Amino acid sequence: MSTHSTSHDLSTGTTTGTGRGARADAVTTGARPGAGTSAGGRSQAGPSGEPDLPPRSSWWRDVAVVLERELRPVLRDPFSVVFGLVQPVVFLGLFGPLLAASVEREGLGGTSVWQWFVPGVLVMVTLFGTSTTGSNLQYEMQTGAFERLLVTPVARSAQIVGRALKEVVPLLAQALVVVVVMVPFGFRPHVLGGLVGLALLAVMGVGIGAFSYALALAVRKQEWMFWAVQQTVLFPLLILSGMLLPLDDGPRWMRVAADLNPLAYVVEAERALFDGRLGDPAVPAAALAAVLTAVVGLVVGVRTIARSSD
Amino acid sequence: MIEATGLTKDFVSRQRTVHAVRGVDLRVERGELVAVLGPNGAGKTTLLRMLTTLTPPTAGSARVAGHDVVARPHAVRRSIGFVGQGNGAGHVQRARDELVTHGLMMGLDRGTSGARADELLDVLDLADQARQKVSDLSGGQRRRLDVAMGLVHTPPLLFLDEPSTGLDPQNRANLWEHVRRLRERHGVTIVLTTHYLDEADSMAERVVVVDHGRVIADATADELKRDLAGDRVVVTAPDADSAARLATLARALPGTRDAERDGVVVTLRVARATAAVAPLVEAAVREGVRVGDVETHRPTLDDVFLHLTGRSLRESAISTEASDDAGKDAA
Repeated sequence: MSTHSTSHDLSTGTTTGTGRGARADAVTTGARPGAGTSAGGRSQAGPSGEPDLPPRSSWWRDVAVVLERELRPVLRDPFSVVFGLVQPVVFLGLFGPLLAASVEREGLGGTSVWQWFVPGVLVMVTLFGTSTTGSNLQYEMQTGAFERLLVTPVARSAQIVGRALKEVVPLLAQALVVVVVMVPFGFRPHVLGGLVGLALLAVMGVGIGAFSYALALAVRKQEWMFWAVQQTVLFPLLILSGMLLPLDDGPRWMRVAADLNPLAYVVEAERALFDGRLGDPAVPAAALAAVLTAVVGLVVGVRTIARSSD
Repeated sequence: MIEATGLTKDFVSRQRTVHAVRGVDLRVERGELVAVLGPNGAGKTTLLRMLTTLTPPTAGSARVAGHDVVARPHAVRRSIGFVGQGNGAGHVQRARDELVTHGLMMGLDRGTSGARADELLDVLDLADQARQKVSDLSGGQRRRLDVAMGLVHTPPLLFLDEPSTGLDPQNRANLWEHVRRLRERHGVTIVLTTHYLDEADSMAERVVVVDHGRVIADATADELKRDLAGDRVVVTAPDADSAARLATLARALPGTRDAERDGVVVTLRVARATAAVAPLVEAAVREGVRVGDVETHRPTLDDVFLHLTGRSLRESAISTEASDDAGKDAA
């Protein structure tokens, strides 16, 4: 049996039974220029600096690699992004006209019905897309890809953050499609306000995406639970945000529930922003809600993946 | 390369404790090719999951590639290649992309990773599939891609968990041919689990037999078969009387462990069949006993398992499936 090593060999040499002191005498080839020595990362490298291992890559590089891996199928197959628009388009096409008809009778404070409805649909697009993304992780858990990733040195937290950040791309693409499609129907987006509105959605989408991954990880032993929980949470959140119908005339308990729903602030802010009212008090409230969603979502996601190793 | 001492894993599932692995000691030296053989539910995969940092041991310790699996999981992960039971490559990804990305994750720079990916795709006969989506690959191609991912960073140690399960015999042979060639080229240490007897037999230089979470035998396949099962010599005599006399003669010969007669057929268990036939025939001729037909049989690892446990490996694969499921639930 021949055991020659190549110049690539990162081998450690065998450790003898002399315990921890038996650090391998083998070499790194130094053939890895440029790979930083965990400058910005959490340094878990040993005090003596691991002569037997390639340099540990930084946490940010881990995130970038995960993000790139997640984005690749989206960019290769943009149609999948458009396909995700089916549900919102159904709402726009079938619910919008009904809403318009009833608004004509009641009136909505003078604004065009699309000016009121489209920003809500954008929030809906964000919600649908990002809350279901955990199913992609579920699929990778079933096939074995996730397990393989857990045996790489990529930090668990970077695996969640990278995946969650990817949500921004399909989300913005879908939102832009909806906006552009609705312009001929009379939707008049304010450009600067709209951009701020999209940024807000992106931040919130990262948070909801992280929650969705956390859910997928938490229910990995009963996969069907994912959809049960996702649907159970999604629709109350959606209705209690005033996304589809105004809650002003709803019963008092509904209005209280809406006040507790971070999404309600975001919906209100999106309407103000796309209308050009950048100074609307709903905007800072929504920004806070979006940032909180992102921070809490990522923290929950990272803690869940850290605990899922068993 | 691996030093495990008293490695133990218990799962608690519905108030019931499943002892998946019970105090395994294992030492693997650099360059070895070790097969961990056992029926489903024997604890092979759990053992591998502990060694690859996927699950922490309940008790005991292990150093893999020089690093403690509990204290330094990151260092272990950087030093090993891992091919799990499932498909490591994401199904929506393209084959080469996934391979290069895996190299990046293992700390290679983009240039090195790309070069290694191309080299491995070539060696593993996947060059034509480089740009195909993983979901469009055949089962055998996907498995070879998994092996490529396990090797892209040129690890000194590669773990393969049931690498050929679900492949047809031709694809299995093909996969092993590739693994063998890669090993000759890079001298990587390989630890694999399998419940295919013939696979452990033909591939591994050393077989660790695991049953009910314990190591019950650990030697080369030939040693196991010679020491624990032995060859069989089956003599068919022309009549029962001759057969009875042959059995008596056979028992008197040195090296015969056991001789049983069933009608006209006498079955001898001996250390080496080829060495046992001539003395038997000579004794028969001397005593004027007619022999008839003589066959020799090499033992299989199933004979070894039968000898060790009193069960056939094939049978126990079925009977332990229930407990295996319990283990998976908890896992």
